[in-house]
Amino acid sequence: MNTKSKQQADAQGATPVREQALPPLPEGENRDTLLDYYHQMSLIRHFEEKSQEMYNKARIGGYCHLNLGEEATVVGFSVGLEPTDYVYTNYREHGYAIGRGISPKAVMAELFGKETGSSHGRGGSMHIFDLERRFMGGYAIVGGQLPLATGAAFAVAYRGSKEVVACQMGDGTTNTGAFHESLNLAKIYHLPIVYFVVNNLYGMGLRVEQGSAVSELYRKACAYDMQSWRVDGNDVLAVRDAMRNAAAIAREQHEPSLIEAVSYRFRGHSVVDPDRYRDKEEVQQGREHDPIAAFAARLMAAGLLDEQQASQIDEQAQQEVEEAVKFAEESPFPSVEEFMRGLEEYVYAPGEAAGKGD
Amino acid sequence: MADITYRQALHDTLREELLRDENVFLLGEEIGTFEGSYKITAGLLKEFGPKRVVDTPIVENGFVGMATGAAMLGLRPIVEIMTINFIVLAMDQIVNHAAKIYAMFGGQCPVPLVIRTPGGGGQQLAATHSQNLEVWFAHVPGLKVVAPSTPADAKGLLRTSVRDNNPVIFLENLALYNVKGEEPGSDYMVPIGQAKVTKEGTDLTVISYSRMAAVALDVAQRLEQENNLSVEVVDLRSLRPLDHETILNSVRKTNRAIVFEEDWRSFGIGAEIAALVQEEAFDDLDAPVKRVASLEVPLPYSKPLEVATLTGAKQLLESINELALRRRRR
Repeated sequence: MNTKSKQQADAQGATPVREQALPPLPEGENRDTLLDYYHQMSLIRHFEEKSQEMYNKARIGGYCHLNLGEEATVVGFSVGLEPTDYVYTNYREHGYAIGRGISPKAVMAELFGKETGSSHGRGGSMHIFDLERRFMGGYAIVGGQLPLATGAAFAVAYRGSKEVVACQMGDGTTNTGAFHESLNLAKIYHLPIVYFVVNNLYGMGLRVEQGSAVSELYRKACAYDMQSWRVDGNDVLAVRDAMRNAAAIAREQHEPSLIEAVSYRFRGHSVVDPDRYRDKEEVQQGREHDPIAAFAARLMAAGLLDEQQASQIDEQAQQEVEEAVKFAEESPFPSVEEFMRGLEEYVYAPGEAAGKGD
Repeated sequence: MADITYRQALHDTLREELLRDENVFLLGEEIGTFEGSYKITAGLLKEFGPKRVVDTPIVENGFVGMATGAAMLGLRPIVEIMTINFIVLAMDQIVNHAAKIYAMFGGQCPVPLVIRTPGGGGQQLAATHSQNLEVWFAHVPGLKVVAPSTPADAKGLLRTSVRDNNPVIFLENLALYNVKGEEPGSDYMVPIGQAKVTKEGTDLTVISYSRMAAVALDVAQRLEQENNLSVEVVDLRSLRPLDHETILNSVRKTNRAIVFEEDWRSFGIGAEIAALVQEEAFDDLDAPVKRVASLEVPLPYSKPLEVATLTGAKQLLESINELALRRRRR
């Protein structure tokens, strides 16, 4: 899969790897697992549609960046890892949080700024966190999560344990100093980390090739003598397999690597972006290559899913999102009185930390 | 007890903390094979090996962020930034990340991180190698900032900083490394956020920190002997959190205050303290709070210009005389 995608990338240059129809399902896939991927992708789709709606209704404030169109990339990333692995992401992370097992209720409550949110309403859309699930944060300064994730991998190597750190970022991030500094550090210290670039072709409104001297972003890793691959971000199995492969290299060989998943944003950079800089035809074409519809077609072609089952899964996902909204609506805001009484406790950690991790 | 240098105090404490806790490790530029630009880490690579004493390439944002990430997983990194001037390259990781992670994620993840770095001018290192940027960090909630002036406080505060569960900016000063003082013993701890009256006095208070606190003490002792003037010296030791109580108690006693700082005057530590004193002890003041600071220019290289730019004992004496004269007139 990797080799194929890579060859295709080489042939097509800067153009995205977007196969018209996904290949038939490979042998040996478990039906329940595949249906679970389909369910997760559908859940993220509905969650993000609902986030937009709730933003429009002013239930959600601040910035809000959606994973719409990127569901295969998000789910492939998440399921390619072990539950004990650590994840760092950027600010477009609702789907990743859900993919890593954080309840949609806790994510929606965070967007609503409620006490029951995954960061107790202190972080919002861009700062979801769950230590128990080793979801180590969404970060909103472009490139900020890279040195942190590299450090988490440093800690894993320091302790000699077997976890892997996966660090998601957007295409624009590969132009920052933090990207290059981090890749270099990870290579010289042989850290168990996978850098995962979601190339959705635009950093806000700037086309990849306008912002990056090398528009095949996976090639940037060669400067650090690091293995890297480009995969079709519309293909959940391709992304999953790339992730498994890279995670195994990290886990067993203690070497970093990089994956570029070529994806497409269905909407603007954030919920308030009218998306005027993209060609209408291009957007239309992007939306026609819907990763969820393509995966459903693939499952149906293999006889693993029919229309009725598909709508059942969709309805279930929709139901979960409705429950998440209800939960968020009914949850209390953080108490202002308690906040004012405990500013010191809000800002500073108490006492001496016991060693965490293993 | 025997005297030790400030450098030795730092070295010994780093060694003791490495011995005490497996989670403690050092990282920074040239701290291992080269044994430190200022030799604070001399011998530690040999003793503890490359796992615990990590040489980094010249990537301040990268390795400060890496240390922050390692701290998120429960390690206790002690970073050395060769001089404070280079910390500017790591501001994103310090201000946007290390300082925010605990609060922003709702108290789920402490960041037990120490960043040691020397500031200060006076060695003809010119504009980009001689700054005092402490106020940048003291301004930021989520960071703790300490600036010891003696070998004993360097030991006591470094120990507390390493064991604290928050990011601590530990400010040293190039001109303090060879200063000698009492060795306080192996269990001496100085709480962060506690100032110290290093000399009692009744006529006026000089409030200072880091190297200028040492200069202030020297000046105050001379004035006591030569001029029969009783100057109280408050060594802040911590800039965030700031010990309001010790500052205000001293000003309420002497009714006059000078803030003596090596940084630039505008928006500096002195501005904060003057504001605090007028807010909380206005009626106790017999004169406006004075600030004695360095000239607001990029520090020139040429020795006479450097001397003219940096504040020091002479500027403090002039200021004390001015405030003391007012007292005599009354």
